[in-house]
Amino acid sequence: MGFLDIRNATKSYGAVEVLHNVDINVEEGEFLVLVGPSGCGKSTLLNMIAGLEDITSGDIAIRDRVVNGVHPSKRNIAMVFQSYALYPNMTVGQNITFGLEMHGVPKPEREKAMAEVAKLLQIEELLGRKPGQLSGGQRQRVAMGRALVRKPDVFLFDEPLSNLDAKLRVDMRTEIKKLHQTLGTTIVYVTHDQIEAMTLSTRIAVMNDGYVQQLGSPKEIYDNPANLFVATFMGSPSMNLIQVKLRVEAEAAFADTTDDQGGKVSLPVCGASAALKSYKGQTVTLGLRPEALTDVEGADHRSDHVEKVQSMVTVTEPAGSDTFVTTTFGGTNCVARMRADADVHPGQRAEFAFNMEKAVLFDPKSGKRIV
Amino acid sequence: MAAATQGTAIRTGRVARTFIYLVLLLFALFYMLPLYVMLVNSVKPLSEITGGGMMNLPEIWTVEPWRKAWSEAQIGVQPTGLKPYFWNSIKMVVPAVAMSTILGALNGYVLTKWRFRGDTILFGLMLFACFIPFQIVLIPMARVLGVLGLAGSTWGLVLVHLVYGIGFTTLYFRNYYAAFPTELVRAAQIDGAGFFQIFWRILLPSSGPIAVVSIIWQFTNIWNDFLFGASFAAGNGAPMTVALNNLVQSSTGVKEYNVHFAGAILAATPTLLVYIVAGRYFVRGLMAGSVKG
Repeated sequence: MGFLDIRNATKSYGAVEVLHNVDINVEEGEFLVLVGPSGCGKSTLLNMIAGLEDITSGDIAIRDRVVNGVHPSKRNIAMVFQSYALYPNMTVGQNITFGLEMHGVPKPEREKAMAEVAKLLQIEELLGRKPGQLSGGQRQRVAMGRALVRKPDVFLFDEPLSNLDAKLRVDMRTEIKKLHQTLGTTIVYVTHDQIEAMTLSTRIAVMNDGYVQQLGSPKEIYDNPANLFVATFMGSPSMNLIQVKLRVEAEAAFADTTDDQGGKVSLPVCGASAALKSYKGQTVTLGLRPEALTDVEGADHRSDHVEKVQSMVTVTEPAGSDTFVTTTFGGTNCVARMRADADVHPGQRAEFAFNMEKAVLFDPKSGKRIV
Repeated sequence: MAAATQGTAIRTGRVARTFIYLVLLLFALFYMLPLYVMLVNSVKPLSEITGGGMMNLPEIWTVEPWRKAWSEAQIGVQPTGLKPYFWNSIKMVVPAVAMSTILGALNGYVLTKWRFRGDTILFGLMLFACFIPFQIVLIPMARVLGVLGLAGSTWGLVLVHLVYGIGFTTLYFRNYYAAFPTELVRAAQIDGAGFFQIFWRILLPSSGPIAVVSIIWQFTNIWNDFLFGASFAAGNGAPMTVALNNLVQSSTGVKEYNVHFAGAILAATPTLLVYIVAGRYFVRGLMAGSVKG
C-alpha cells in the first residue's frame, strides 16, 4: 500500500485504449516523474489522478481512499499546469487564495496561508499584480504558490517548465527540487524532457504507446534500461547501439564487431548469464552510453573491464565540458564522450576505451534487455 | 534617380491621400444630410417648413416640437406624446438584452467547456435562429404568447426578443470562449469552484469585449424592431417604433413635420448613444470572436 496507488488503470476513448494496465505505487514524499514522447499517455494518466479524466477500469487511490469518480476538488490534490492557468482577472494574491476561498476557509486564515507561501516563493511584492504583468518565471512561481497554499496530499505538475526559456528552466528545476527537499511533499510530475526526469525524480516511469516501459530510480533507468526504447529515450547524446555477434567460449562470452576498416574487434562481455549464452552465434544489440566509450585517460579507473580499440575519428564536437567524438563500429556511428582536452582530430585514428562493465545487451527483435 | 522616384512617390502619395480624404469628407457630409435636415426642421415652427426651404436654418428657434413629440402628441386615445412608449421600449429592451446576453454567455460556456455528445449539432440548430426570417414565426409565436397569457404585454415582447436573440448571443460567446484556455476551467475545478462559480468568477470577468458586442447588437435590433412590436403589443403596450409610426402615419389633422422629426430623433437616440459609448469595443470584440474559434 503506497501513498498514491495506481492499480491496473486503463483509459479508453471509445474502442481505442490509450493507456494499458498501469500499475504504480507512489510512497509518501516520493517525486515520481512520468516521462515519454508526445502521445504516450503520460498527461492522460496525470489527468486521471487529478480527476479531470475518467478512469475506464482499474483504481486510483490516494491515502488508501479509492478516488475513482471523486471530484477533483475533493481529492486533496493540487496541479500546476503547463500554461500556468492563472486567472487573468484576479491579482496574484486572489489567484493563490481562490482555492481556499472555494473550500470555505475564513479570510484571516487565507491571508496567513498566502503570506507564508509568498514568503517561501519570494513573490511577496507581486501579490497585488495581475498575471498579465508578470514574467514567465514569476507566473511559474505564482502557479506553484497556488498549488502549495492548499497543502495537498499530492502535487501534480503537467510539464510546468516547458514554457520557460532554457536558462530559467534550469533555475526553476533546481527550485522545484529544493522545494521538494524542504517540504517533503509527494509529487507526480509529467515531462517529455529526460534531463528534467533524471535530475528531479526519486523514481521515473518511462512511458510509450500507453505502456509503462520501465519504472525505477533514475540510476536504474539510466544504467539498466529494460528495453531499447528506454535505452534510447533516456540520455543525451543517446546510447550507442552496435550490432554484434555473440561468441561463447567456455564460461566467457564475447561480442564480435568490426572497427572502421572492417578489422575484427572482440569485446569480452562481463558476467555472461545463461540467458545471454543462449544467444550464442546470433546477432544481438550492444548498448553503450557515450561516457562508457571514452579516451583511454578518461576511462573509469575502478572498472576492471576496459577494452582499448583503435578507430578512425570522423567528427569532433567540443562542448566545453566534454568533447563528443564520432567514430564507427560495426558499421554504425558511435558517439564517445571524451575529456574536454582529449587529443583527437578528425581523420586520424584514436584509441577508444570501452567500459564493458556498463555495456548492456538487447534482443534485436523484441528490443528487450538480455539479462 | 532613386531619390527622384521616391520624391515622386511621396508627392503622388500626398495628392492621392488628399483626394481620398476629400471624397470621404463628401460622403460623410452626404450621409449626415438627413440628420441635419431632421435636426434643423425639428427646431422650426411648422409654418417655416410648409413655406419651403427645408435646408435653411430656422428663423425662429423653438423646442416646442420636441416638447410636443415627447409629451403631447396624439398617438393612442390620449394625447400622451411618445413618453410612455419610450418607457415601454426601455422596459422591453433592458431585460431582453440582459437576459439574452447572460443566457448566450451560459450557452457559450457549456458548448465549449462542458462539452457533451451532440453539442455541435445543438449549436448548429441554435444558429438557425439567426437565419429564420421574422415573418415565418409570427403566427406560431402569437399562439405561444396566447397560451402563456403574455399576448399584448411588454413581457411577451421580452420573451420574443429573448428567444430570437439567443441564437446570436450564443454564437458570439461560443466563438469567444472557444479561444478561452480550458486549463483555466480545469484549474478552477481543482480549486473547488462549481459550474456557476467558474462562470461568474473566471469566465464572465474576461468576457468584456464580447459582452459589448452582444449588448450593442441586441440593443440595436430589439430597440429598432417594428414587426414584433406591431404584431404582439398593440395599444398602450406598444414600443417606441410602433408609437412613432402611429404618430407619423396619423391620417387626420395637419401633418406636423417638425414634431415628426423630433419624435424620430427621440426614437433613434438610445441606439446612437449605445454605439457612441461602446462602439470602439464593438469592432474589437467582433474581431476577437471571428478570428479564433
